[in-house]
Amino acid sequence: MARRAISAAAMDLSFSPEELAFRDEVRAWIKSALPPHLAAKAEMDAEFTHAEVMEWHKILAGKGWAAPHWPKEVGGTGWDAARRFLFSEELELAGTPRLSPFGLAMVGPLMIQFGNDAQKKRYLPKILSGEEVWCQGYSEPNAGSDLASLALRAEDRGDHFILNGQKTWTTYAQYADWIFVLARTNAEAKKKQEGISFILCDMKSPGVTAKPFLTTGGTPAFCETWFENVRVPKENLVGELNQGWTYAKALLGHERTLVAGIGISARALLRAKRIARDTLAGGRPLLDDPVIRTRIATLEVRLDALRMANYRALAGAKLGHAPGPESSILKLRGTEIQQGCMDLLMFLMGDNSLSWFNEPGVVPPREQWVAPGFNYLRAATIYAGSNEIQKNIIAKMILGLP
Amino acid sequence: MNFDLTEDQTLLVDTVRDFVKKESPVERMRKLRDTELGWDRAVWKKMGELGWLGVMFPEAVGGAGMTFVEAGLIVQELGTTLVPEPIIPLFVAGSALAEAGSAEQQQRFLAPALAGEQSLAFAFLEEQSRHDPHSVRTHAHPAGAGYRLRGKKRWVLNGHAADVIVVSARSDGGEASADGLSLFVIDRSLPGVRVQPVSTMDGQKAAMIELADVEVGADRVLGGVGKAGPLLAALMDLGAAASVCEASGILQTVLWMTRNYLMERKQFNVPIGSFQALQHRTVDMFVEAELTKSVAMLAMIKAQDPDPNERQRAISAAKASVIESGAFVTRQGIQLHGGIGVTDEHDVGLYFKRMHILATLFGDDAFHLARYASLPSFSANL
Repeated sequence: MARRAISAAAMDLSFSPEELAFRDEVRAWIKSALPPHLAAKAEMDAEFTHAEVMEWHKILAGKGWAAPHWPKEVGGTGWDAARRFLFSEELELAGTPRLSPFGLAMVGPLMIQFGNDAQKKRYLPKILSGEEVWCQGYSEPNAGSDLASLALRAEDRGDHFILNGQKTWTTYAQYADWIFVLARTNAEAKKKQEGISFILCDMKSPGVTAKPFLTTGGTPAFCETWFENVRVPKENLVGELNQGWTYAKALLGHERTLVAGIGISARALLRAKRIARDTLAGGRPLLDDPVIRTRIATLEVRLDALRMANYRALAGAKLGHAPGPESSILKLRGTEIQQGCMDLLMFLMGDNSLSWFNEPGVVPPREQWVAPGFNYLRAATIYAGSNEIQKNIIAKMILGLP
Repeated sequence: MNFDLTEDQTLLVDTVRDFVKKESPVERMRKLRDTELGWDRAVWKKMGELGWLGVMFPEAVGGAGMTFVEAGLIVQELGTTLVPEPIIPLFVAGSALAEAGSAEQQQRFLAPALAGEQSLAFAFLEEQSRHDPHSVRTHAHPAGAGYRLRGKKRWVLNGHAADVIVVSARSDGGEASADGLSLFVIDRSLPGVRVQPVSTMDGQKAAMIELADVEVGADRVLGGVGKAGPLLAALMDLGAAASVCEASGILQTVLWMTRNYLMERKQFNVPIGSFQALQHRTVDMFVEAELTKSVAMLAMIKAQDPDPNERQRAISAAKASVIESGAFVTRQGIQLHGGIGVTDEHDVGLYFKRMHILATLFGDDAFHLARYASLPSFSANL
């Protein structure tokens, strides 16, 4: 249970002077590099459009910072876990557009680990530069948490596959150039996980149709994508035939340590205090009310606790330890706290929380985008493996329950 | 940033683990809870010899010259089997002596305790104080070359047994003022020290202590007269930090005890641990126990931080967090055990009780959340 690594140095909660200098450098760069029209939206925590996200992607790529977690030889930064944490926390604290994860965080790393040289050469540079946009074809109408029961078929036709079926929650597929899909390539496999392959498909292929639909947050983030006799060359298979499930699982294992979204919640709490300071009740700022202060503090101390758990995971990763039990709670509790922050913001806004996409000025700019976020962030406990699925995994893998 | 233990710390933790496993399983605490003392002087002596009692104190008084990190690691392990010896009162009262006492006072009052020959208590709570260490009515009137102490202290941990008691008293200032407070070190045998032993829910003992015109010399003041306000706050934080560490040991134990019970208890012909509702509840307990392990490290590192704001922010966050986690884990621990969990015969209830004591002592959640929200850090960058 306990880690037995021996340290030469005493316990230390601070970042090193070099790490702090790095953080200052990142902070200063963001300030100078974020274009004014994006900074103005960031100030309000407004939802960024796809074009705005890609604009910021290209700025980061120009600096060489679009894919901090990739190896250096394919355009990454070579930063360790602490620097990657500080980097993403700074981006989160500044409220910059969040880059689409499907290329940079998902298919990219998967290709780096399991793809062939031709694939790496063909796809990675364009993922990095933002020239090609990716979306994810995992979920289907009847394959959500039970993803391995997916039904999209990829029939072997010699030098190509023919894809037939439907994917859903293909977030921002309407803007994507490429989609990576998990497809069934062997319907006779003994276990359903064993007949699945990982295939790349050009969204411009004849027979592919993407239809966006609105989230409760009012954004066109969701999409359904249909495949009707879509021809995909065999060279678009990543890794080996029927091994797609293994690859997808390996990828999930990777990305566990940085998902607590500490910076997102810290920024939301700061916003909450500003709203409480500027909102009067009985002629006095809400923030002067001990009940209100305690309510904010209740959430903030839980964020402090999670931050410590995240630091433990970081310190472990830096020293090369395998992820400890503390990393498994980060997504679970991080998303709950993110939602808790939105609940708090809505509560503090009081009557203003009734507002829904009105003209500027109906509610203060700081409050304008809270309600959409309050809605959209309900997804946080659902996407990337619902929190219930996370609990199933922890129950089995860590607690060893049957 | 680093949270791995050093070689010395690893060795220390291993020794304490070995001790709780072999020499102090929960049965020992069960036997002792019915006795007048509630703990064992021979074990206390051994803890002194092993260097645990002096771990965070200077070598000049017989300590090991380490820090509260090591003290916290010991307390965390002792929590796993509810070891009843009064080590938290020793760390708190001992820190008063170490921080403010003269070399002579330390030799006389601290050294015997660190050797395990005596025990200490810290008397700071009063009827009106409600967690505030600065709310003190007990008075110290100048009398001759010394002082006359009059007042009543409540819920003094180990007050029933301590040879030496550190008490707070006011010589100046209003009831809740941080100014005008002093710390005195007194022997329980002094005339006018009236000790009423009381039981606490966790099977331990404490005392209500009345100081009825206790005459002490000037050599019994720790540090300057009227200057103990900041130290009192620091001592309370040290006690809170120790409580957080002990709670961490408790929550780990309750988590795994419950998990093991779910594996062995069968209903409907299967282990009840195969039911998803119970699995998810256990995972919720796991999350709280991991967060508590994390804030225990925070408390260990920050308990002696020289910046009081930084210290208070960390300790209040850790204490408030652990109170929520502790309530959840120990309550659900009982719930998942079912009926057996509510019996005195089963250990889970003992952990539940001790957790309540730790949650309440050295500031409850309302106190720490309010304090956290009053610090400059709470309003920073607005």
